[in-house]
Amino acid sequence: MEVPEDVKRRLTLPFEENFFAGHTACQGCGASLGLRYVLKAYGRKTILVIPACCSTIIAGPWPYSALNANLFHTAFETTGAVISGIEAALKALGYKVKGEDGIMVVGWAGDGGTADIGLQALSGFLERGHDALYIMYDNEAYMNTGIQRSSSTPYGAWTTNTPGGKRHFLEKRHKKKVIDIVIAHRIPYAATASVAYPEDFLRKLKKAQKIPGPSFIQLFAPCPTGWRAPTDKTIEIARLAVQTAYFPLFEYENGKYKINMPNPKKEPKPIEEFLKLQGRFKYMTKEDIEVLQKWVLEEWERLKKLAEVFG
Amino acid sequence: MNTLFGKAKEEARVISPKSVDEYPEAPITLGTTLVNFTGDWRTFMPVIDESKCVKCYICWKFCPEPAIYIKEDGFVAIDYDYCKGCGICANECPTKAITMVREEK
Repeated sequence: MEVPEDVKRRLTLPFEENFFAGHTACQGCGASLGLRYVLKAYGRKTILVIPACCSTIIAGPWPYSALNANLFHTAFETTGAVISGIEAALKALGYKVKGEDGIMVVGWAGDGGTADIGLQALSGFLERGHDALYIMYDNEAYMNTGIQRSSSTPYGAWTTNTPGGKRHFLEKRHKKKVIDIVIAHRIPYAATASVAYPEDFLRKLKKAQKIPGPSFIQLFAPCPTGWRAPTDKTIEIARLAVQTAYFPLFEYENGKYKINMPNPKKEPKPIEEFLKLQGRFKYMTKEDIEVLQKWVLEEWERLKKLAEVFG
Repeated sequence: MNTLFGKAKEEARVISPKSVDEYPEAPITLGTTLVNFTGDWRTFMPVIDESKCVKCYICWKFCPEPAIYIKEDGFVAIDYDYCKGCGICANECPTKAITMVREEK
C-alpha cells in the first residue's frame, strides 16, 4: 500500500492492519474495535485465546479467520487455564514470552466469561504468575446468547432476564468490580481502558507487554445491539462513561494507583448524560437514577482516595 | 489498487470442500473473512466531502470493520464492500465532512 510517510507519522495508532474486514460483528461493535487495537499493538506475534463469547463469532466461522494472528478457541470457563498452559509450553520449548520481541499470549474474554464463569481460572492464572495478559472486554451482559444479565451488568439496566415492568424487576444489583478482585491478587499490572481512548489503551497494552508477570486489562466496549443504542453512538457512549466517572480509567502498577482520566481536574458529568443515550436504561425511575449516581460517585471518591494514599 | 487490504482482498477465495478428503485433519484456518462482503448489511452509506476533510484520521481510528483507508493523496476513502454503515465515522468527524445518505438501488 502506498501511503505517504508524513501521513503515517501523523497517525496516533500503528498503521499496520492485522484485523480483516468482512468479520460478522454487529454494526458499531465495540468489541471488534478492541480486537483491532490489540492486534495493532502486538502485531502477528500474538496468540489469542478466545472462549465462547461474541468474539468467537467475530473471529470468523471455519475455514475463515478475521485475525492475522494465532487464535485458539476454548471452552467458556478455561481462558485463564489455557493462557497459563500455552505460556508454560512456550517457555518449556525455549521461546521468549512477553518483553519487547517476545510472543504475547493474550486471553480475550467477555464479562460473562471473566466475572462469572471464568473467575476461578482467572484467579488461578493471576496467582500462579504466568507471563501473559488477560483482557476482559466489558459489554455488561451475555450479548452473544441474547442479552442475559451478568454480574457486570449495572444497576437499573434492562436485559432479557431483568425485563422490568409490573411483574418483573430491572437489574437491582450493582456492577461487580472485577478489577478490585484482580488487584487483590497483588499482580504487577492491572488497568482499565476504553475503546473511546485508543491511545491510552495502546499505551497500556505496551506497558503490559514490558512488565513481566501476569497483567490484566478491563476494556469498556459498548454493544449497540444489547444496550439498545444507535449504532453510531458507540464511541460517544464509551467517552461519556469515562467523563461521568461511571467507568474511570486508572492503572495499578506494583502497588501504586494512578488515575488516567482525560481531564483529571474536572468534576464528573451527571450520570443522566450517559444513561439517556441508551434504551436499556429507559425504564429507570428518578429514584433508580439517584441510587446509581450515588454509587458511581462513591466508587469514584474511593478510587481518588486510593490514588492519594497509594499514589 | 490502493485499498485497505489490496492484494489480500484480491486473493481471497471462497473455500467449499467437495468431499471429506478435502477437509484438513485439524480445524485450522484456510482463508480470511475478506471473502465476506458485509457491505450489503448497510442501510445508510457514509459519503466523504473532501473539501471539508482536514486529514485528522479520527474516522480511520474508530472504524470497527476496518473499512476506511488512507489514499495516496492523504485523504480517506471508504471500502463500500465491507462498510456496514454503522455511522461512527460520521458521528465522530470533527468537521462533519462525512454524511450518512440513505442507500437506494
